[in-house]
Amino acid sequence: MITLHWLYALAGAMFAAIALLSALDRSNRKRFGNAAFWGLMAMSLLAGDRIGDFGNGLLVLGLAGLAGFGFIGRSSPATTSDEERQRWSDRLGNRLFLPALIIPATALLGTLLYNHTSLGGLGWIEPKRETYVFLALGVLLALATIFIWLRPPAVAPLQEGRRLIDAIGWAAVLPQMLAALGVLFAAAGVGEIIGYGAQMIIPGGSLFLTTAVFGIGMALFTMIMGNAFAAFPVMASAIGVPLLIRYHGGDPAVVGAVGMLAGFCGTLMTPMAANFNLVPAALLELKDQYAVIKAQVATALPLLIINIAIIYFAAFR
Amino acid sequence: MNYWPLLGIALVVLGFALKLNPMLVVTVAAIATGLLAGMDVFEVISTFGKAFNDNRIIAIVWIVLPVIGLLERFGLQQQAASLIQRLRNATVGRLLVLYLLYRQLTAAIGLHSTAGHPQTVRPLVAPMALAAAEKEHGELDAKLTEKVKAYSAATDNVGLFFGEDIFFAIGSIVLIQQTLVTYGYNLTPLDLAVWAIPTAACAFFVHGARLLLFDRWLRRTKH
Repeated sequence: MITLHWLYALAGAMFAAIALLSALDRSNRKRFGNAAFWGLMAMSLLAGDRIGDFGNGLLVLGLAGLAGFGFIGRSSPATTSDEERQRWSDRLGNRLFLPALIIPATALLGTLLYNHTSLGGLGWIEPKRETYVFLALGVLLALATIFIWLRPPAVAPLQEGRRLIDAIGWAAVLPQMLAALGVLFAAAGVGEIIGYGAQMIIPGGSLFLTTAVFGIGMALFTMIMGNAFAAFPVMASAIGVPLLIRYHGGDPAVVGAVGMLAGFCGTLMTPMAANFNLVPAALLELKDQYAVIKAQVATALPLLIINIAIIYFAAFR
Repeated sequence: MNYWPLLGIALVVLGFALKLNPMLVVTVAAIATGLLAGMDVFEVISTFGKAFNDNRIIAIVWIVLPVIGLLERFGLQQQAASLIQRLRNATVGRLLVLYLLYRQLTAAIGLHSTAGHPQTVRPLVAPMALAAAEKEHGELDAKLTEKVKAYSAATDNVGLFFGEDIFFAIGSIVLIQQTLVTYGYNLTPLDLAVWAIPTAACAFFVHGARLLLFDRWLRRTKH
């Protein structure tokens, strides 16, 4: 059966190759820092299950130290010039889109076919992970297509991949770090403490205020922790279940589902949600790393009010 | 009750406010929170390491970068730009409204990992939006270019967040269900997913309206 570990191996091999190419890149002053950073990512993906929890912990400390103390820097692998790119674009035309579309098309058709035909019953793929597996298959098909069609130098995909991943830098690893931080908060009992405190500040009896504090609390905690998943259990135990559902008799489906979406409004407004807000700013080479957040605030705030209104009007019929 | 672990949250907020490196801020906050909760150093580092290892699925998305980089090498961004320049009447706002709808619909059927910032925004949507803006308003200065790119990324986020929960087999829906079960409320994922639809529709109208207003704003600024 194809499991997530196959995908970890594929991504790990890519990071290992990028680490090696980084070490060999004499044009980058920080080449050994880059090599160590992507090398640790490769080790995590390839051997994370064999080095033990403490070993993984040391690996994470290594990543944080390399990133935090400025040991990694942006590289500039040889690529084509803007003029060459324009010439290729003029020559190849819209056919250039086809390899890019192979990835989503494979993920889309693969997932649909696997789940809606008897293929799924064969148990070839780890349940609930089909889309990721077909995503990886799409990547491999796209690479094969490009090689057969355009015949780039053999090392080009790795060098071009290194160009992009170095442009993102440590921000590529931050989301995974935040997920781990959420786990530590839970283990330390931060959720219970917040729940206790939140219950004390709600003015008794007012359904509207309780709903508003629940929605705003979801957004605020999501902003602080960068993750609505971390905020939801806290706000559910603090306000959602004891006050909205039990005391006021709210519909648990509405309180739960729309409460989570109120948290997503917070995700749109926080640098802690690095993969959604900071990574794209880096990917698009924006000068202001908060530019994406600024473009989202005027959508997030009205939607937060709408979510609070949906809970207020739909959960207590 | 031991309130000291709350200092971990304070450290995160402080670290970000001081613009310290987020990798360091998160690591220091995690270790401090664990220690304040009474764990020893070995236990804290092990818990942090295990959690990092359990979340490796997040690193998988980067395998698309070699394909995107390779296509950029052969002029993908140039071609996306020239394609949209041939489309008549495609303003930035209308283009992004269409992308918003596409992103919400695909996320709603569980295909959220087929689009995204590395997969579609950088190679396709942002260059297309820039080309549309330049076709209508002429050369853009650095500030306007940045704004158009930021709106492209923002549209991807809004479409994803307020589409994915309609699909019932997704992490957030499973988490809501599991949390409520511990309090004795046993809901099916479908019960929850249905209630993502009203917000999804509102998100389309709110963000879509902003995108069309962005068109008008660009027109006033440039002419």
